[in-house]
Amino acid sequence: MKPRIYLDYAATTPLDERVLAAMQPYFSEIFGNPSSAHFYGQDADAAVEEARSKVAGLLGCSSAEIVFTANGTESDNLALRGVALAMRRLKNANHILISPVEHHAVSHTAMQLAEVFGFDLSYLPVDAHGQVSPQAVKEAIRPNTAVVAAIYANNEIGTINPVADIHQVCQEHSVPFLTDAVQAAAHLPMNQAAAHADLIAIGAHKFYGPKGVGALYVRQGTPILPTQTGGKQEHAMRAGTQNVPYIVGLAEAFSIAQSEGPRHAQRLLALREHLINQVLETIPGAHLTGHAVQRLPNHASFVFEGVNGNTLLMLLDAAGFACSSGSACKTGNPQPSEVLLAMGFAPELALGSLRITLGRATTSEQIEMLLTALPSLVKRARQLNRA
Amino acid sequence: MDKKPQVVVGMSGGVDSSVAAALLVEKGYEVTGLMLRLWSEPGEECANRCCTPDSMFQARRVASQLGIPFYVVDAKEIFYQQVVEPFIASYLQGETPNPCLLCNRQVRWGTMLEHALALGGDLLATGHYARVETASDGSLRLLRGLDNNKDQSYVLSVLSPDQLSRSIFPLGGLTKPQVRAEAHRFGLPVAERAESQDLCFLGEGTYIDFLRRHAPNSFAPGPILNRKGETLGEHTGLPFYTIGQRKGLRIAAPAPLYVIEKDADRNALIVGHLEELGRSQLTGKQVNWLIAPPAAPLRAQVKIRYKAADAWATLIPQEDQRVLVAFESPLRDITAGQRAVFYAGEQCLGSALIE
Repeated sequence: MKPRIYLDYAATTPLDERVLAAMQPYFSEIFGNPSSAHFYGQDADAAVEEARSKVAGLLGCSSAEIVFTANGTESDNLALRGVALAMRRLKNANHILISPVEHHAVSHTAMQLAEVFGFDLSYLPVDAHGQVSPQAVKEAIRPNTAVVAAIYANNEIGTINPVADIHQVCQEHSVPFLTDAVQAAAHLPMNQAAAHADLIAIGAHKFYGPKGVGALYVRQGTPILPTQTGGKQEHAMRAGTQNVPYIVGLAEAFSIAQSEGPRHAQRLLALREHLINQVLETIPGAHLTGHAVQRLPNHASFVFEGVNGNTLLMLLDAAGFACSSGSACKTGNPQPSEVLLAMGFAPELALGSLRITLGRATTSEQIEMLLTALPSLVKRARQLNRA
Repeated sequence: MDKKPQVVVGMSGGVDSSVAAALLVEKGYEVTGLMLRLWSEPGEECANRCCTPDSMFQARRVASQLGIPFYVVDAKEIFYQQVVEPFIASYLQGETPNPCLLCNRQVRWGTMLEHALALGGDLLATGHYARVETASDGSLRLLRGLDNNKDQSYVLSVLSPDQLSRSIFPLGGLTKPQVRAEAHRFGLPVAERAESQDLCFLGEGTYIDFLRRHAPNSFAPGPILNRKGETLGEHTGLPFYTIGQRKGLRIAAPAPLYVIEKDADRNALIVGHLEELGRSQLTGKQVNWLIAPPAAPLRAQVKIRYKAADAWATLIPQEDQRVLVAFESPLRDITAGQRAVFYAGEQCLGSALIE
């Protein structure tokens, strides 16, 4: 039996057992609808509100500023669509400004707002590390800009953006600023929400919480319309009966991630630095993608000349290593990574990417095993590419 | 150490390749599933019948049920170069190609085999109905599938002996009803793609529509001639016609006329009466032998199309990879671009491309 080594923590993480234990009572025991007036409902409501206040405490904001959603993608959708529509109604603002390295949850929502709802969409420049500069935002922002979005830390290349500085520029122009912190929240201190953005999207399963639940921070006073209408749940910003056990799970997982995060980050950073240095040293034609320093502590990403990323992933998987690629595609129809293209990589190179993301269970033995296997697998992938 | 070989099985999501994979797992091989993503016309990316999203989903489900890894490999570019382009070129030369054979030789036993080997595989398995046997002298023999109705040795006759030595066909000894019963026993979905004469990359249209889009020049009208060179009518474009065709010629004649040849150089369709349709010989090029190349003439059974009946003939080897096939009685519908496949009873001896 081959070893199976998971190195794709940016895709998802296993559920922390402590989180599972916290969720457990809210399936069959405390099963009430938080909107109900009776004590069943009150117990459930108490759990949701306790979770909300826990998350608010971790973000350094008030409970009124937290909306629970079904995932990070929904949080992004609610933020971008809800704010764009509200800003248009309120201020006739018709311009959306986003970075070219957004997660599809943001970029595809922006595209729909442009194509279907008639918004004017433009993209910020990024440098060769995929980073957005506050200066560029200053230059691109318009009097009629409805919303600006820049990802906190990119999922594909790990680069961290100077979101506080970008937020400041946006504030000077009274334009709401959204940051997708789905990756960042798993690793970086998040307790300065108001300084970082007006809207912050997170998803629980990136930090050892359950899949199927997310949250959105909405700074008090930010114009926003609900995108899912119905009941008055979630401060009337997100209709629908709350997913009580998962909301409890998100709060518990986020709390653990924020308190234990720095300890893990330190360990993973050392492992990651070793990984990056060794890959660049032992594999010819390997390049680091993303920022060398301002990147997520668990995140290593590369492109390999003459390699098809999907082929390499297949060979890695067959050898027991579960990794990812920016152009990851299980249907055999690879497209060059949009993020790498925006950073100026040639299309051939943008097809040859590999993402290795470490997590709590990653050991240095596992990294050594990967480092032993990778050079020959890259070589084999190159041969297949030429064949 | 007596380690079972590692086998990579080409999976389509259909019942045949699913059962092939299940049988290999049951026999204790270490099995990996592979599907090729092949080319389809732009706008029809989902339509290639060999690899629709639905068949991919099916194959992935079967692989998960069998507990084997499954990968999809992008082979669009190589499929276009090695199969689609020659397909179009062949029609432009007035031939009627069979692209499945080229696909087997260049793509399935090219790209797929390369990936199989790169994955650490020793053998490539498919759900074809054919058998490979090791003879007493150690050489490999390709045999017809035990189910005569399903025998697919025809489309495998282009494999090189080396490719064959890397191949394993778990269904070769089974009949189709047995395969269905096995699927039932393994609890596998028995969904089958509709049997179709059309080619996988044509999507919804016919090959005529396809050629109209990709080789509009192949549809120039031209003369219909008889063997004496007399003009009897006008054809609407050579690809519309097949050798042996009688209907649709729109010529009034006392006795029925048949298409007997396509002359691409003159863009002429040659027609004749029934007795002219039969030919007593053909020349095959690009011969592929699955036995030691014979030095002397060899009597064999010959199939001139996938579904043709066996016809007795003598194979007379020629220079530059050619072989003259002399039939014992005249045979109709010999079609340039198809492959003549040679058999000695159960054993497939090789094949050649009909000129």
